Amino acid sequence: MTQKPFLEVKNLNVAFPTEDGLVQASNDISFTVARGETLAVVGESGSGKSVTSLAVMGLHDRKRTQITGQAFLNLESGPVDVISADEEVVRKLRGKAMSMIFQDPMSALHPYYSIGNQLIEAWSLYNEGDKAAGKKRAIEMLDLVGIPAASKRVDEFPHQFSGGMRQRVMIAMALINNPSLLIADEPTTALDVTVQSQILQLIRDMQKEFNMALILITHDLGVVAEVADRVNVMYAGKIVESGGAEDIYYRPDHPYAIGLLNSIPKIGELESKRLVAIPGQPPSLINLPQGCSFRARCSFSDRVPGNLCATTAPTLDQKTTDHFSRCHLSEAELVKARKEIGGN
Amino acid sequence: MLKYLARRLSATFVVLTLVSMSVFGIFAVLPMDPAALTCGKACSPSVIEANRHRLGLDVPVHVQYGRFVKGLVAGREYGDGAAKIECPAPAFGYSFNRHECVTTLIKEAFPVTLSMALGAFVLWISVGVSLGILAARRKNQWQDRAATAFVLVGTSLPTFISGILILLFVALKFNLINPIELGRWVSPYEDPVGWFKTFIFPCITLALLYAANYTRFTRSNVIETSSEDYIRTARAKGLPEGEILRKHTLRAALAPIVTMAGLDFAGLLGGAIITESIFNLPGLGRLSIRAVLNDYDLPTILATTILAATFVVVANLLVDILYAYIDPRVRVAS
Repeated sequence: MTQKPFLEVKNLNVAFPTEDGLVQASNDISFTVARGETLAVVGESGSGKSVTSLAVMGLHDRKRTQITGQAFLNLESGPVDVISADEEVVRKLRGKAMSMIFQDPMSALHPYYSIGNQLIEAWSLYNEGDKAAGKKRAIEMLDLVGIPAASKRVDEFPHQFSGGMRQRVMIAMALINNPSLLIADEPTTALDVTVQSQILQLIRDMQKEFNMALILITHDLGVVAEVADRVNVMYAGKIVESGGAEDIYYRPDHPYAIGLLNSIPKIGELESKRLVAIPGQPPSLINLPQGCSFRARCSFSDRVPGNLCATTAPTLDQKTTDHFSRCHLSEAELVKARKEIGGN
Repeated sequence: MLKYLARRLSATFVVLTLVSMSVFGIFAVLPMDPAALTCGKACSPSVIEANRHRLGLDVPVHVQYGRFVKGLVAGREYGDGAAKIECPAPAFGYSFNRHECVTTLIKEAFPVTLSMALGAFVLWISVGVSLGILAARRKNQWQDRAATAFVLVGTSLPTFISGILILLFVALKFNLINPIELGRWVSPYEDPVGWFKTFIFPCITLALLYAANYTRFTRSNVIETSSEDYIRTARAKGLPEGEILRKHTLRAALAPIVTMAGLDFAGLLGGAIITESIFNLPGLGRLSIRAVLNDYDLPTILATTILAATFVVVANLLVDILYAYIDPRVRVAS
């Protein structure tokens, strides 16, 4: 790739001080996303997926959050580190250079303002022009995201739209200023199954149309398989595995990723067998245990020589060219493990 | 919307009719003879009977009620010849004790109560709402704690204590008002300074209580709204904080306060008995309490009760209509 990736996150840590102690919500996160590329971030609730992307958007309250590390947006005017930059600078990047859509479209739109009003508001932040011009652009965007009779519906209010339509409105609003990076935080989780794939398709189409870098946060591995170029698997605030979508699907290297893949049903499997759940709960993010944070739930930690899993936290090591994993297991043991639980 | 309005208006009318009927009914069954109250101790039965006839108390209750309603619309006459008394519409009755048409008494008292209620309203809304917003924005900082202290003091001091404290230790102690002029009614158009002097302390007394409540309510509403998803959306758009607060947070957080404010204001318009008594204000509250305690002046009590009920019912209607403009979800549902 000749072009520099649009977003470069380096050693990002996000922690929330609470009365019980410091919650280390995301821990030493590094990744990049280029324009036109789709990065999927998967992991269960509380694994730090959203926290990381909110940090990139500068949406954490700086007074109540400890953020270290860097997150560069490589703009035409030069790179800007949104972590260390002035809040006002970051604000002016929001909605313009980077946009975000959220999980629940039912509550993400202001109930008192018309759809048009909310879109025009976003547009006029970065565009000169009167309300009529803004409205024209709003209708254009609504049309683009597939809202029928957009010129009529632009004056309606959020409660007059269905969930899927509201998510389309959210997408239109996020893209109205032609951003280079779109973060979609579980954009289909709150929607009907029939609508989910439509919205996903829309996001992909929009990504092509606007040539955006896309970060797709999800816990739906089916979604990942469909759209992702690269995948970051997160667990307890850390990236435990990172690689191309193919690598993660066919050659998962981390017991957690193996477990995740194993917990979804596969079409074409003749025997009906029980789905395999990963036993236990993720650890508390306050005072994370020494060693590997997945150890307590891992079925293979006894195959690592010594007591390495309990004493030393594994590092994110390169396995193949573009495939990283955070596990002490040897390659031979891993192949065995994959066979045992995955049947792959 | 028109259909909704028509429905609400007719409902309002029904409620007011029922209120006036029940108040009328209560007075009819009171173990007290209104005609006997019209003259002093040395009253002969023949005078009482004559007065009973003059006041129209010698006919059945439902006929009395009918005449009362007719009087509201068309005015009313009592007696005839030289002793004829005329009360123009809307006639609420004739107060024998005060020798006045009740409507005249109310016309005198209402501007006093209106001045007091308006002044208090402006004070408590401006202080309460802005203090609430400040406390919410500076949550857990000293501004918030100070506001909480204010809320505690304001809500736990009843007006009969705060009013007397303000009167004794502020107004009179620093010679801010002349005790002889206490409660003197002056028109704001003729003597704005005198009007201000008469009303500032009663207004502060009333506003203290309400402002405390509004501070608490505003604070919790703003904090709650600030954590809504749509506020995060507004931030993600790149809106500046000030605009998020003004356009997004406050719009949603203050909507329920409109309802509350309308009803509280209407409640005050019916008169504030304690505050008016402390500051010697000749308003509706004092008119009612005097009618109850000193004179057993039934027509006046009837009138002030119905009037207070009317204010509340009408305010309810207005607030509901206003709310439909504020919240589009209500508009469509109706």
